[in-house]
Amino acid sequence: MATKAFVLGNNIDTDQLAPGRYMAAGIEKLAVHCLEATYPRFSHLSSPGDVIIAGDNFGAGSSREQAVEALKFLKISTVIARSFAGIFYRNAINLGLPAIVCKDVSGIQDGDFVKLRIPKNKLDVPSRNLSLDLEPIPPNLAEILNSGGLIPHLKNRLNPNN
Amino acid sequence: MFIGVFILYMSLAQKILSRAADHKYVNVGDIIVAKVDLAMIHDSGGPRRVAPILKELKSKIFDPSKVVLISDHFVSSGTSEGNDILKFTRKWAKHEKVPFYDGEGICHVVLPERGHLNPGMLVVGGDSHSPTGGAFGTYMFGIGATEMAGVLATGEIWIKVPETIFLNWSGQLKPAVMAKDMMLFLCRKLGMDGGRYQAIEFSGDAIEQLTMQERMTLSNMTAELGAQVGLIAPDKKTEDYLQSLGNDPGNWQTLFTEIKADGIEHHDFDASGLEPQVAAPHSPSNSSSIGDIEKVNCDVAYIGACTGAKYTDLKAAATILKDRTVVSTTKLRVAPASLRDQNKANANGIMKILEDAGATFLPNACGICAGYGTDRLASGITCISSTARNFRGRMGADSSEVWLGSPMTVAASAITGVITDPREFLKS
Ligand code: SF4
Repeated sequence: MATKAFVLGNNIDTDQLAPGRYMAAGIEKLAVHCLEATYPRFSHLSSPGDVIIAGDNFGAGSSREQAVEALKFLKISTVIARSFAGIFYRNAINLGLPAIVCKDVSGIQDGDFVKLRIPKNKLDVPSRNLSLDLEPIPPNLAEILNSGGLIPHLKNRLNPNN
Repeated sequence: MFIGVFILYMSLAQKILSRAADHKYVNVGDIIVAKVDLAMIHDSGGPRRVAPILKELKSKIFDPSKVVLISDHFVSSGTSEGNDILKFTRKWAKHEKVPFYDGEGICHVVLPERGHLNPGMLVVGGDSHSPTGGAFGTYMFGIGATEMAGVLATGEIWIKVPETIFLNWSGQLKPAVMAKDMMLFLCRKLGMDGGRYQAIEFSGDAIEQLTMQERMTLSNMTAELGAQVGLIAPDKKTEDYLQSLGNDPGNWQTLFTEIKADGIEHHDFDASGLEPQVAAPHSPSNSSSIGDIEKVNCDVAYIGACTGAKYTDLKAAATILKDRTVVSTTKLRVAPASLRDQNKANANGIMKILEDAGATFLPNACGICAGYGTDRLASGITCISSTARNFRGRMGADSSEVWLGSPMTVAASAITGVITDPREFLKS
């Protein structure tokens, strides 16, 4: 299935993903404002399954998980970036949002349709005849992702009989 | 360490992690599972977020004595949602019987001042500025709430053993140049991802001369460099400081990086040549020497945060503000980072100097820094701030503009109403 790519720049920070002034509110309210300072009306324009393509250091800043939750709430399927901020990366995996490194995203334009082939670690952009390499997710993290995140993963581990 | 005939050299980070993972040696790049010595949480990412997860996991806290809860983010929010969050935080603390500091200051400052950190410990914090603990030779880093719930349930965390990026500072800082200036300079030089989620380690004679709280500012802002931790190997100063708190710093002399360890990278900087730095909106990496910026008027001057309102920060600001007054067009707001630091500043006449200059005070909490409360910046406001981050909209409206500087730069700017080099006020 082809999905739409929202292309963002470098250093997309957690205050853009989950603005502080909505942090006391629930995720439904917070998610409406996700990325609005950078990409006006992002929450209205994105559709379930869409992907984010970003440059370096995606998710810089705070440890707030709402930065990931907001994207999940909007049903963004995957974030692909040249690099991720460490805490955001851990949070994404822990909440079951695939965060994948792609060293060269320069050929993708905002609004392009892309196709992810995870088992092959490939990202195709058919309209531009591109097939980009994705970095494989380390096995211990893939295990957490495949369980759907850290909670289901720990549930299996801590209560194996349930 | 001897294994057969090979000598395996280790970095400070490797030493701490191999101990915590119960291995003789860990390789850079290995993914290990380690036992944490302590977990710190606050009101925003803490109880309200971890409690439901622990319930879902049918899990209790692995060891309540190894958890510290601190309320700071919503303490001065003044909103009903914020108050509900605080209420839940208090109830949870009582029920779970974890050590709890309520409204006594910002977590990264309260944790060490109450003696919870020692060299060689492995600590996780539910906040991105957790690397602050690195100033004490503690391997401390920030994690999100789900991962924290996992730690609270299991007492364990996975870590990829980092490379060590040495930031060596020689020479001595000039008067009115602070640790904050070093960090704003580094944000520009290395970039917001220069730390590559590895271990940064500060070293050199300039670091040795810094007070423990100035060292904390360095470790604190390694978060802005994207490092996992910002370590400073313990020395005599660390030992004295910890002993003054009643801590036993233990066998700290073994906690240093061996020069022959793997995965070490060096960068050298000259502290004596450094000028006060300011960072333009909306990134700490938009920094420059203060002499290189155009005239910037500021409506608000803010001395706050774990980064910039500790005792040494208040004291430094007071040296500029003594016998001077804040200009009528600018508001100087001060949120001392902890109650203890505030009391100490009070006892030493520092609070009086700030007050006489015209400062108004906010509670000992995150205040405007987190942008959570009613004090946040209104639209169109320009602020010079001693905090760590000036991301768009963080401290208030998207249209507000935040410049970052040292507490001395903020103080100097409050006197003139424009961003001002604090060295102008050193003469007289
Ligand atoms: S003062 Fe600011 S940087 Fe420090 S913990 Fe609070 S919100 Fe974070």
